[in-house]
Amino acid sequence: MADYVQMWKDLGMDLESHDVLCSVLPTAVGDVFMTQQNRPKAMDFWDLVISEVHGIRPAELIEEQKKGRKVFGTFCVYVPDEVVIAANGIVTGLCGGSQFWVPGGEAVLPKSTCPLIKASVGARLGRTCPFFRIADMYVGETTCDGKKKAYEILGEDVPMYVMDVPQMKRPEDIIKWKNEIAAFAKKVEEFTGNKLTPEKLNEAIKLVNEKRKALARVYNARKSECLPISGRDALLMMQIAFFDDPARCAQMCNRLADELEQRIKDGVSVVPAGTKRILVTGTPLAVPNWKLHNIIETSGAAVVCEEMCTGTRYFENLVDETKTTLDEQFMALSERYMKTNCACFTPNTGRIDDILRMVKEYKVDGVIDCSLKFCCLYDTEKYSVSRALKEAGVPILSLETDYTDTDAEQLRTRIGAFVEMLDG
Amino acid sequence: MKQYAIGIDIGSTCAKAVVLDEEKHVIERFLLPTGWSSVETAEKLKERLSSFFPDAVTVATGYGRACVPFADRSVTEITCHGKGAAFLYGAPALTVVDIGGQDTKIILLENGTVSDFLMNDKCSAGTGRFLEVMANTLGLRLETLCELASTGGGVSISSMCTVFAESEVISLIGRGEPRENIAFAVVDSIVTKVASQASRLLQANGAVCLTGGLCELPYLRQALEKKLGRMVVTSPDGRYAGAIGAALLARKDGATG
Repeated sequence: MADYVQMWKDLGMDLESHDVLCSVLPTAVGDVFMTQQNRPKAMDFWDLVISEVHGIRPAELIEEQKKGRKVFGTFCVYVPDEVVIAANGIVTGLCGGSQFWVPGGEAVLPKSTCPLIKASVGARLGRTCPFFRIADMYVGETTCDGKKKAYEILGEDVPMYVMDVPQMKRPEDIIKWKNEIAAFAKKVEEFTGNKLTPEKLNEAIKLVNEKRKALARVYNARKSECLPISGRDALLMMQIAFFDDPARCAQMCNRLADELEQRIKDGVSVVPAGTKRILVTGTPLAVPNWKLHNIIETSGAAVVCEEMCTGTRYFENLVDETKTTLDEQFMALSERYMKTNCACFTPNTGRIDDILRMVKEYKVDGVIDCSLKFCCLYDTEKYSVSRALKEAGVPILSLETDYTDTDAEQLRTRIGAFVEMLDG
Repeated sequence: MKQYAIGIDIGSTCAKAVVLDEEKHVIERFLLPTGWSSVETAEKLKERLSSFFPDAVTVATGYGRACVPFADRSVTEITCHGKGAAFLYGAPALTVVDIGGQDTKIILLENGTVSDFLMNDKCSAGTGRFLEVMANTLGLRLETLCELASTGGGVSISSMCTVFAESEVISLIGRGEPRENIAFAVVDSIVTKVASQASRLLQANGAVCLTGGLCELPYLRQALEKKLGRMVVTSPDGRYAGAIGAALLARKDGATG
């Protein structure tokens, strides 16, 4: 392993605390990933990245910053990466998936805030996440009340730009989001000192579309009766996609998809025939949150799809590549992003349509709808999701959890019973 | 050679064991307090069951199911309670309400198998533990608390949280409220919570049966019946429903029978 201590020191990180975090990760990775049998060989890339998750990519970002490029840290799949990339900026996801950061977040936020927000704020204020240290600017969005208020606190510490996501999906809302994208583009131009041109934006649109297509290829392989990859491995790929360089992400995902497609041809499956196939839906699973997938897949079932931000919402729908003016391109971007079905919209029946479609596409036996504690939006939507699935005759289990392991056994009982129920 | 089917249900408060013979007759059943070590409890169960080994297949269930090394496999208590209740009550469609020591389960059965279920969250509201804590505060045994409750009324506890509810009970004691009224409020609180949980799954038809340790308290059953507006049935073996279900699953035909 390379030595990143100097880099972390230069980033002003709290090394002592960070050591504690780094010391628990290898055990978690070992327990969740390395215990699996017959993994795709191409997972070696993600194994390497996760083993040095606070080293490899941060070092690359710092190198790029030295060349004058700006790094934008984002929290949500609604923020259009294309705009940043077209201005020669870099987008990175930010940490927020570990209980380690939650107490730090609770020092300033109400306890009844979702763990994702608490962890993000804790990671920043505790100085234990290099991505939060490296980002020159954070880009937030108004997808929930908890985040909106948290951004005000983060904004005291670092340049913060917030995009106003509409709450409905009427035609005027698509236009409103287009205008938000245009305003964001202006901000990005100012901040990077680089002018946006239709050519550059078109290149960026194509680049991000390629990444989406590559991720979709991996998900397509998961639709096969012969399941070539575990849910845990697919989730890890998806989580890292938020941090990686988009071109390399596409390249690696395509390499993985090649292997998965070959496995399907050869009849190589990671689970015995008849293993129940689970679609997981709900709030995002930020790295290193593998709790749910791990419990499901060690209870005799397999996760075949995530209808989540860390899942299909990230890559489904492409941006129209044929537009030639910035104005048209902003509209094309808005149209694509507004197709993402998040519970922050009302109504959000599109999400239910998505879930029902995916149940068919991925040959799903049962759905687990899981939201993070205190996520009022997704928690409330469980009612309509569960009703629609019951009407369609699809078994569903609704869960609520956080990042702690205190409810692991209770979850194991519920999930175990759900799988036993599917097995009949 | 005889083939026995043994079901072990290690709950949070109580460990239950049931032995079935080949005709599915319960030929042995007993319980032990789970205590602080599921492993030790499992050892004690094994000792008492020694005459049935090695001609037995064993299935373990309950929170301590992973701590039964002599079990051939483990199955969750939801599936086992469902199987056990279907066996005890025989109805094709059934809603099972199991009030356990640390969780309450609502299980929907269709044709004898689980078709849906709900469990309470981490919180102990609406569980046996809630009742236990309140009984302790009132200096009563569970049975006495329930008997007293049937003569009380007029008071309610609003907190769902066991700790806050205990403070409420202490306030009621402090203001001189008669014990039977407080006991009434305690039972009313748990029954309200269980009924609201059950209402999410309860079907228009079919019987409701109560299993778990609390099914032996007649007033609790009556209070639940009243709250649900439905007949609630129990069985003398209701407490053993999970263990019976596990034993049924231990049989060769367990998957289908």
